[in-house]
Amino acid sequence: MSVDLSQFIPSFLEESFEGLELMESSLLDLEQGDDETINSIFRAAHSIKGGAGTFGFNSVTEFTHLVETLLDEMRDGRRKIAQDDVELLLDSVDCMRLLIESIRDEIECDTSKIIETSALLEKTLAADGVEVSEAITINSSDTVESKTDDTSTWQISFIPEHHLVQTGNDPLLLFNALADLGEVTLVACAKKLPALNELDAEEIHLSWNITLQSSANEDEIKEVFEWVEDECELIITKEALSNGDLSIAELLTEPPSLEESDPILSTATSKIDNPAKPTEKSTEKSSSKAKNDLGSIRVGVDKVDSLINLVGELVITQSMLSELGNDFDLSKVERLNSGLEQLLQNTKELQESVMRIRMLPISFAFNRFPRLVHDLSKKTGKDIELILKGEQTELDKTVMEQIGDPLVHLVRNAVDHGIESAEVRLANGKPKKGTIMLDAYHQGGSIIIEIKDDGGGIDREAVFNKALEKGLVDENTVLTDAQTFDLLFEPGFSTAKEVSDISGRGVGMDVVKKNIQSLGGRIQVISEPGKGSTFRVNLPLTLAILDGQLVQVGTETYIIPLITIVESLQPQKELINRVSGDMVLYRLREDNVPVIPIYQLFNIPSEFDNIEKSLLVVVEADGQKIGLMVDDLLAQQQVVIKSLNDNYQQVDGISGATILGDGSVAMILDVPGIITMALAQAQLNQKNRSTIKPKITQSISEGVNS
Amino acid sequence: MTKILVVDDSNSIRDMVSFTLKSAGYETVEAKDGQDGLNKAKATSIDLVISDVNMPIMDGITLCQELRKLPSFKFTPILMLTTESSGDMKMRGKAAGATGWLVKPFNPEKLLATIKRVVR
Repeated sequence: MSVDLSQFIPSFLEESFEGLELMESSLLDLEQGDDETINSIFRAAHSIKGGAGTFGFNSVTEFTHLVETLLDEMRDGRRKIAQDDVELLLDSVDCMRLLIESIRDEIECDTSKIIETSALLEKTLAADGVEVSEAITINSSDTVESKTDDTSTWQISFIPEHHLVQTGNDPLLLFNALADLGEVTLVACAKKLPALNELDAEEIHLSWNITLQSSANEDEIKEVFEWVEDECELIITKEALSNGDLSIAELLTEPPSLEESDPILSTATSKIDNPAKPTEKSTEKSSSKAKNDLGSIRVGVDKVDSLINLVGELVITQSMLSELGNDFDLSKVERLNSGLEQLLQNTKELQESVMRIRMLPISFAFNRFPRLVHDLSKKTGKDIELILKGEQTELDKTVMEQIGDPLVHLVRNAVDHGIESAEVRLANGKPKKGTIMLDAYHQGGSIIIEIKDDGGGIDREAVFNKALEKGLVDENTVLTDAQTFDLLFEPGFSTAKEVSDISGRGVGMDVVKKNIQSLGGRIQVISEPGKGSTFRVNLPLTLAILDGQLVQVGTETYIIPLITIVESLQPQKELINRVSGDMVLYRLREDNVPVIPIYQLFNIPSEFDNIEKSLLVVVEADGQKIGLMVDDLLAQQQVVIKSLNDNYQQVDGISGATILGDGSVAMILDVPGIITMALAQAQLNQKNRSTIKPKITQSISEGVNS
Repeated sequence: MTKILVVDDSNSIRDMVSFTLKSAGYETVEAKDGQDGLNKAKATSIDLVISDVNMPIMDGITLCQELRKLPSFKFTPILMLTTESSGDMKMRGKAAGATGWLVKPFNPEKLLATIKRVVR
């Protein structure tokens, strides 16, 4: 009889987050005022409430009910849409998100904000003249023995549909039946009562808040309402402690803003008293897989259709080839070749098509920014317009999930440090309103995301002085713009004169860079004094497939990610520079590039151990170049990345593995890792032979420090 | 005195329900199918109807629909006595205007406790 619905929880959660995003973006639009918008916000809240009720997430249901009530009043014109209410609703959306996230992550959520916001919601609702009856207590001492130890307090919100009495049900009799379970206190709400001339005596317009002191369990209470459950809204919540047992300690832990003297507020407190409790219960049901990532993806039908189409073509090619194979002779070689050509084409298209399934429009990552900028501009008092461009640009889901936080940080920075105050802007002849633009577009095999502001630009001198203070540079160092801006990504670097709560304490930018690098991306800064700055993030389209250069070392084949390769060359003798025992530098125009022989790195035999006979692949990561010494360059091809961690274990200098066309396994080189290893080695050598100073560029030794 | 109309084509069930109700002090009127129940409902004033669903001549759902058409039965509670409380059954009953449902095999104490939700 009982059906386990818990398998639907992940999709409910996913839908809720979408609903919340819709609510948020619509609320921001609402400032201009629009009937359809408020309706869509209401519908989103309503679906979340409904879903949460089904799964027994009562904390969500109760909270959302308040939100919905407020929205309902706005929707049918009983309440004017005031800016304060919009802000309150935005805060409420945050609370709902907190609650739903706590369900998803199976953690207890911070209830203080929720209690505070729901109290505000109740207060706002009450301020509009809610007509509430005096509390009526149905004393049931004649039917039930007075309080036993296991008595608990239940809060029941009962909102019957108008036609409830027309099927022969009578709320009063239901309350009497409830009174059989324990002591019932009723508060009727007559707010929705229509005017007398519009009143239909056969309809019911009241709703009730019921407090039940009883030792009954939830099922027993539900049973009373069994016959009307489809004809009413019913929210049943258990309080942690019965009112009589409310300890002083608990009263003390209540937020100070909630004064006991205010009956409405204190009701709110006790109602939302323990949202973590139902959460706990619900999370038992949800699978542990739901943690952090919902693990599912919504795919447009067109994408699936194209996939099916391609598979169809693949099948045709396959049958053509197998027919050719039946009685093959040399006259058919040409047809075989064209068949193979077709197979290649099919496979390529199929691969692209499958990759597209993991692609989501970047609007998923962008849509949080209107709210963020709205909040920040309010907080800083700066008037800022946010422009989003290229929202339909598609990006791999994993990349999308991980790029969100770095982008938030960059946008916060742009608001806080980038855009100047209105006075400064006007004094510099700029429009009062600052502009921040988020732009995403494809370029080659990567996606570029730009965060552009029209603020004051980066103060090079301030950056330099700060770096001096931190001991990252000395007074005589001459830095290019790019090198100066790179300093911003040093740990603990902040040029803000005062630490603000918006862009943090300078702990962020190095993390931003690290996150972007872990996605195989780069970040670049362009800034013009007085005109603004642009942070350009360059990300690979997907993490699953990599464009690689195959290289030969001894009998092994390695893959170097194409994106890291600057150039490949045949070393010329006169440019080779041995600075110490085993450290070789190669003069590449104005740079001295350290040479790393791969055979030494992995301790394998190689064909050539002499750099003059080998080939040099110059790679770059983190603004640092090194030369990888290899025996031979093979083909360039796309490879599918297989995790080494999953299949074997982490190996320094290797980021993964792949299977080549001939079935052999090739390792993919972790270029940033190799560079770190090489620099660590270089530093070690430097210490050991302090008399010989290798002429390594400034940025190398910086890299060693980082 | 509260008068309850008990409609069921099974004599034993009708007797058991009727007996239980009488022993609790209710007055009962018995009918053996929907048509019989409808006739008796028209003839006397009834405070509650408890009706089986599957019956010859007129089933319980139709009886319920017919009763709701009568002005005197507009707000009268009508309980359907069903073998299983399947969602479909509840929906059909509700659509026909039923107040609630009782699941067979019935338990006398439960019957008396639950009808308190619909009669004074």
